[in-house]
Amino acid sequence: MKTPAQTNMRLTVAKTYKLFIGGAFPRTESGRSVALRNRSGEFVANASRASRKDLREAVVAARKAAEGWAGRTAYLRSQILYRAAEMMESRRESLTATLVKAHGKTAKAAEAEVSASIDRLVWYAGWCDKLTQVLGNQNPVAGPFFNMSSPEATGVVVLFAGESSPLLGLVSIVAPVICGGNAVVACSPIAHAPIVIDFAEVLATSDLPAGVVNLLTGNRDELLPTAAAHRDIDAIGAVGLSMEEQVLLEGGASATIKRVWLDADRTSSAWAVADHQSLYRITPFLEVKTSWHPMGL
Amino acid sequence: MATKKQTPKTTAAAAPGWKYEPALESTDHVRFEKRYGHFIDGKFTAAKSYFGAINPATEEQLAEFGQGSAAEVDTAVKSARRGYEKYWSKLPPSERAKYLYRIARLLQEHARELAILETMNGGKPIKESRDVDLPLAAAHFFYYAGWADKLQYAFGGAQVAPLGVAGQVIPWNFPLLMAAWKIAPALACGNTVVLKAAETTPLTAMKLAEIFQEADLPPGVVNFVNGDGRTGAALVNHPDINKVAFTGSTEVGRAIQKQLAGTGKRLTLELGGKGANIIFDDAALDQAIEGIITGIFFNQGHVCCAGSRLLVQESIHDEVVRRLTHRLSTLRVGNPLDKNTDVGAINSRAQLDKIEAYLGYGVEDGAVRHAAPCPLPGRGFFVAPTFFTGVAPAHRIAADEIFGPVLSVMTFRTPEEAVAKANATPYGLSAGIWTDKGSKLFAVASQLKAGVIWGNSFNRFDATSPFGGFKESGFGREGGRQGLLPYLEVRG
Repeated sequence: MKTPAQTNMRLTVAKTYKLFIGGAFPRTESGRSVALRNRSGEFVANASRASRKDLREAVVAARKAAEGWAGRTAYLRSQILYRAAEMMESRRESLTATLVKAHGKTAKAAEAEVSASIDRLVWYAGWCDKLTQVLGNQNPVAGPFFNMSSPEATGVVVLFAGESSPLLGLVSIVAPVICGGNAVVACSPIAHAPIVIDFAEVLATSDLPAGVVNLLTGNRDELLPTAAAHRDIDAIGAVGLSMEEQVLLEGGASATIKRVWLDADRTSSAWAVADHQSLYRITPFLEVKTSWHPMGL
Repeated sequence: MATKKQTPKTTAAAAPGWKYEPALESTDHVRFEKRYGHFIDGKFTAAKSYFGAINPATEEQLAEFGQGSAAEVDTAVKSARRGYEKYWSKLPPSERAKYLYRIARLLQEHARELAILETMNGGKPIKESRDVDLPLAAAHFFYYAGWADKLQYAFGGAQVAPLGVAGQVIPWNFPLLMAAWKIAPALACGNTVVLKAAETTPLTAMKLAEIFQEADLPPGVVNFVNGDGRTGAALVNHPDINKVAFTGSTEVGRAIQKQLAGTGKRLTLELGGKGANIIFDDAALDQAIEGIITGIFFNQGHVCCAGSRLLVQESIHDEVVRRLTHRLSTLRVGNPLDKNTDVGAINSRAQLDKIEAYLGYGVEDGAVRHAAPCPLPGRGFFVAPTFFTGVAPAHRIAADEIFGPVLSVMTFRTPEEAVAKANATPYGLSAGIWTDKGSKLFAVASQLKAGVIWGNSFNRFDATSPFGGFKESGFGREGGRQGLLPYLEVRG
């Protein structure tokens, strides 16, 4: 066998797909990796298989980031989400290539998925500084009081992405949740690792504060019970759960009255339909705070 | 559990020589049956077995009520489904609105009788049932009546549709008002209802059923099954319920959320609380003292949003305690039907036992008990309004929801510490902030994790004002535009 030097060929630098926790890219603490192969069976990469401890670490990072993120001005949150779209646009070729090479998409489908993902980020970016106006209001109470209701972030949200849409399916559930001011830990299937970590690199360069979005790749059956039982998670959203998993999640969530939101899995072309970007994908992760104050001289 | 005996600290009773003569509300024009089963399909129906409900101020039985069996619950749910399919979903929304307006008007017309019955069955002072519960219950129907034919304007860009049949379970602290909070938005949004009132306070729900008959509400649109927690469990677990709404303890709420796992039923929970009432050193103290009193002693403290943790800025602690002690000595505890009564009867023997246990825990954990020096009636369930000083956050009286007239006083030094202490609880229902500085009030309000914030006020309610909790105080809102959401399918 000839070495690259002997053939004048350059050795490709392979990328290690790790996790994205607290703004850093650590390996899973468990040291476990899974070899990913493309449709023709060729080796693509070793992906990290996140452990329950990684999930707990990610929740700690999200909790640390949550208050600061919710406390930033809506205008700033909006600009940061828009910045993420800009970063994605500038990496569109590389994201498209990953979808083709690692996830077996056609060039056309990959381009469509990347475009839809960028547009989705832009759409939700625009909601950050309008939510309070559209969802909140003054209440005309029958007495000398000023009274208003406004939406606030629920806090730390764990999301489980579906199997069928590695990039758009993830962006479509993460964007509305951070748009509302929550911090997120999103868990994707291990097979999605290449595009998930590419997306993490987009977020890492978007001025998004560390810990606001944490991305894990792992097995849902390993991570879901831990998330359901975790006492410092405020809400869980999940796509494509089996009935058994729903019972497990909602039953576990009841221990700390977590909010649970469920959605069906769908393909990237189905996610791309405008129906799947909605104000009412933001509201399940918001609380309404009502404040009273007397009026009088 | 053994508790240390401690003589409560009291100051001299106020206004020596002055006495209030009894001013009893007359009960001669109230009427109710000796026995109620359930209210199903527009008719009062018999039950297989019955239990008695008492007047907690006299311990005398008022009437008997059906103990709803699974079969009776099933009949009620079938009636609600029929009511939904046959009548309520077919009615033009503007006609739904008119039924609700009619109910609101009838509640106003029967307000006096209902207020008296609420006090007789629940134990709350007549001035509260007359001035708070009844007006608010009527206002709730009136407010949601208007939404029934305007739902397309409620949520921008969304298509809305009713869910179907709602199963609702309510507590004993505001029996009629909680029924109104549950039924009015459900009906306005086009759903039908099976509601279970608390087993100690089912009387005014039966009178509400009479009002529904008087309003000619179509059969099955609202059904009441009486009974205890077993009946409630049969209701929320019934397979033909589309939505469950529960107000009550966090413990039962948790159990319901668990039971509903995987069923796809929509759920809202309005659960317990341990509200912080924060008094800054620049607060208007006279008003703040009244706010503290209202916050904890309103409805004997049987209020999920009660301000049961008083956080006082350290520099004014002694002054607040001095004034609070004086104000406590002027509270009148006694016959709930007396128009001068400030604090009425504890709702049940079980609740009285729980409160008394906590009074013991407070002393046991090292806090100092200050009890109102008022005389208590010789029979019925009464307890002297109490506050504790020297309370640490880890004390049971500081951490647990007592649901009684027991206040825990703690101190803080900085606004940051006040926020941290206020938020250091799994609950998140209510909080109060007392300060004359607007910027401080806004800053603190925005950091408190609670669904209702009262600035320089406490325990205010209104049909237009959304109510509900953060964290383990539950999810979903009741009241206001946001109170429609739990009863609608929203697409858009």
